[in-house]
Amino acid sequence: MPHSQQIKAVFSLRYLQNQQPSFSLDVDLNLPAKGVTAIFGPSGSGKTTLLRCMAGLQKSHTGCFCVCGETWQGAGSFVPVHKRPQGFVFQEASLFDHLSVSGNLNYAQKRAANGQISQNAVLQAQSFDYDRVLDLLGIEHLLPKFPAQLSGGEKQRVAIARALLRRPKILFMDEPLAALDYKRKQEILPYLEALTETLSIPIIYVSHAIEEVARLADYLVVMEAGKVLTQGSLQSVLSRVDLPIHLDNDLGAVFEARVIERDDAWHLMRVSFEGGSLWLRDTRHPLNHKFRVRVLAKDVSLATHRQDSSILNHLKASVVSIVEDHDPAMALVSLSIGETALIARLTKRSVAYLKLTPGQSVWAQIKSVAILP
Amino acid sequence: MWISENDWQTIALTLKLASVVTVILLLVGTPVAWWLAKTRSRFRVIVSVVVALPLVLPPTVLGFYLLIAMGPHGFLGAFTQFMGLGYWAFTFQGLVFASVLYSLPFVVQPIQNAIEAVGERPVEVAKTLGASSMDAFFTVVLPLAKPGFITAAILGFAHTVGEFGVILMIGGNIPEETRVVSVQIYEHVESLDYSNAHALSAVMLGFSFIVLLLLYSLKPKYRVSAFYGSGR
Repeated sequence: MPHSQQIKAVFSLRYLQNQQPSFSLDVDLNLPAKGVTAIFGPSGSGKTTLLRCMAGLQKSHTGCFCVCGETWQGAGSFVPVHKRPQGFVFQEASLFDHLSVSGNLNYAQKRAANGQISQNAVLQAQSFDYDRVLDLLGIEHLLPKFPAQLSGGEKQRVAIARALLRRPKILFMDEPLAALDYKRKQEILPYLEALTETLSIPIIYVSHAIEEVARLADYLVVMEAGKVLTQGSLQSVLSRVDLPIHLDNDLGAVFEARVIERDDAWHLMRVSFEGGSLWLRDTRHPLNHKFRVRVLAKDVSLATHRQDSSILNHLKASVVSIVEDHDPAMALVSLSIGETALIARLTKRSVAYLKLTPGQSVWAQIKSVAILP
Repeated sequence: MWISENDWQTIALTLKLASVVTVILLLVGTPVAWWLAKTRSRFRVIVSVVVALPLVLPPTVLGFYLLIAMGPHGFLGAFTQFMGLGYWAFTFQGLVFASVLYSLPFVVQPIQNAIEAVGERPVEVAKTLGASSMDAFFTVVLPLAKPGFITAAILGFAHTVGEFGVILMIGGNIPEETRVVSVQIYEHVESLDYSNAHALSAVMLGFSFIVLLLLYSLKPKYRVSAFYGSGR
């Protein structure tokens, strides 16, 4: 990858408490400069600190941060936060309480030129047109209101719009949904998805919720204790059975699927993916519509022969590897169906009973598939 | 009950003194409060103590030291003389200087509390939106901390109006120069002119009542922090 299409982030940081190191961050990342990169990990793993280092809100002892060929932090150089064309969305919507929604948006709009390099500014200005941003987040009717009159979800949408009106070259989001309840999350997710599809700038998204990551991310960085455990495309990381973090019941493979057939009599639709197809409940998506699906490892069971059962989807798969789960009763079986990887979480007794070995052909019975629209 | 020409003069002088002092206090107190709210320096405690000293020190002690310092042998006297400003003892300028020191805690503390209550986050947000530190202070911190500044101004003004000991020590009792209302009341009582003392005292009582009324009708959150030491 040429440098202009990469984000380079190298940070080293130590916190001391009573002269003892209490937390350290050590990362050296090259991230794709497009799409959504999720930084995922348990709380305390340093993901927010990493994001703050990238944005220059936290100074690190040694660090380097380059976005698309522009160096914002390097040996002896540090571009002040307010001169970096970046957007930052905080966990709690931090709107200015003394300004109306439109006042909040104008605050960013007025200062959008700070730190912009002129040749890109015109282009940037077009993609972050005021009306377009308002439309994208559906906040036009909120303009005269004050933050105190908004719901949590509305506040966060305004905060995202405000960050975009800064005309950023990169957008940082620090668990933007974590402070919202389930209903509000569902309300705001479609806006985020529209955003990630429409924007041409890279988004760095911090989250500890794997469902959010599976829905939004293209690239995944897994962190623990201030270090990067693994990274790669979302599909490749989530289909690994040797993930160093324990997702238990949330472990599952994610892949792209496309609607190819409809069975109106049974209200079903068939979706194809690289290597096979699945029958799902009809969600009224048009033919050829593409979406992500997620198959949880706990929803996949295996059989050595094709069996009659209530389960709709039986797929011929081959066993790639079998590893022990951290739960002593369980094992994780990595499967491949054509080009697509699946994981099954089984008891070790079942693995022994079926005498599963790598390379073996099996029938994967898929109990449930989640559509990530 | 009526107020004499003479008393009107002292009221005018008192209001002039309090206004000048309040403006200077806000200009001096804000950076001090900002520094105290943000710093992690080990001098923070020392500076807090020095700012708070006038709260516990008898006004006569502060006045005494200032009188010495402003005299021909004091460092302030040497400085003002060097600057061509003459000696400040028994002058209006001297009163202003002493009053600023004396009322400083009443201004610094509410502003400091308000800035601490605003916190780091709005400043960080402003910076990510392209605002410099200065820009963020005037467009975000100042408006959000406004009730703290109003409290500080009211307290600083009222406290200066109510001053007596420090003024008597360094200003004496010079009509139209240093004779403020509190000193004038003392003067009336000394000369057994109780009717004039009554009139002026009533004015002060009414003034104090209105000031407290203003203060108490501010948002409760800021009212509490207005009283020194209850903030943290």
